[in-house]
Amino acid sequence: MTQLDSIDRAIIVATQDGLPLVPRPYDAVAEQVGIAAAEVTARMVAMIEAGVIRRIGAVPNHYALGYRWNGMSVWDVADGDVAAAGAAMTALGFVSHCYQRPRLLPHWPYSLFAMVHARNQDDAELLVRRIAQALGPMNRGHRVLYSTRILKKTGLRLTT
Amino acid sequence: MDEIDRAIINALQGGFPLSPTPFADAAAPLGLTEAELIDRIAALRRSGVLSRFGPLYNADRFGGHNTLVAMAVPSDRFDAVTEIVNSFAEVAHNYQRDHHFNMWFVIAADSREKVAAVLTEVEAGTGLPAHDMPKLTEFHIGLKFEA
Repeated sequence: MTQLDSIDRAIIVATQDGLPLVPRPYDAVAEQVGIAAAEVTARMVAMIEAGVIRRIGAVPNHYALGYRWNGMSVWDVADGDVAAAGAAMTALGFVSHCYQRPRLLPHWPYSLFAMVHARNQDDAELLVRRIAQALGPMNRGHRVLYSTRILKKTGLRLTT
Repeated sequence: MDEIDRAIINALQGGFPLSPTPFADAAAPLGLTEAELIDRIAALRRSGVLSRFGPLYNADRFGGHNTLVAMAVPSDRFDAVTEIVNSFAEVAHNYQRDHHFNMWFVIAADSREKVAAVLTEVEAGTGLPAHDMPKLTEFHIGLKFEA
């Protein structure tokens, strides 16, 4: 677990809805947090290195870009193959999230979860077939659960 | 959205500079001025094409704990169960999916104990089993969406 101090947390709270859209955004964040701009950027570099910040830039609403088919593909992979299968999935370049989770036997044998996003069902199914090809015999069975409705979406947030 | 907007979205889904004047520095390779880039990004935010512009944080690293929960909800109780589940502030996302397990949501809180307590309360409030599926391993990706 990464240790964030109160200044890191203040930077997160000041920027989790986005950077100020002004010519010198880190100066504006620095003023809000009460530190120097160079310290803001140095701490953000450290947060990138620690994985707290995944990246900085445009965060598209994939629905607005037309990616309306949101599929949770789930894969039954032997425990010994999970690392190789996860690496094969991420190497494909189109999976947005990939996690190992516990199985719920006997009804749910799937242990690898990979999210795919596409503009239509045919494209989504093509992506799932490409995952199946990449896994080869490591894949002992899979399914795709499409989202039919967003019931809630607030995001995970840090509060002060 | 025109070609310039698409170029901005495709070029800037990561690697935005940590320099004193990052918009000017990012605008130059796109053939834009600093003011043009700022105006374009502001317009994409207003229209909802961008959900935000700035750091994408990995909330898993904030401390605390989160988990994915699967429930099999009878169709005639779906709306009532949705209301109960969504009433918890710790429930961050909730999706209906086409499977026997037809409700999938994320519980996030500042401790494992709090997440476990919410799971227990969800089960008590709905009378349904809530299957806890915490992540065991994350495989890292930097996905970009083509605009």
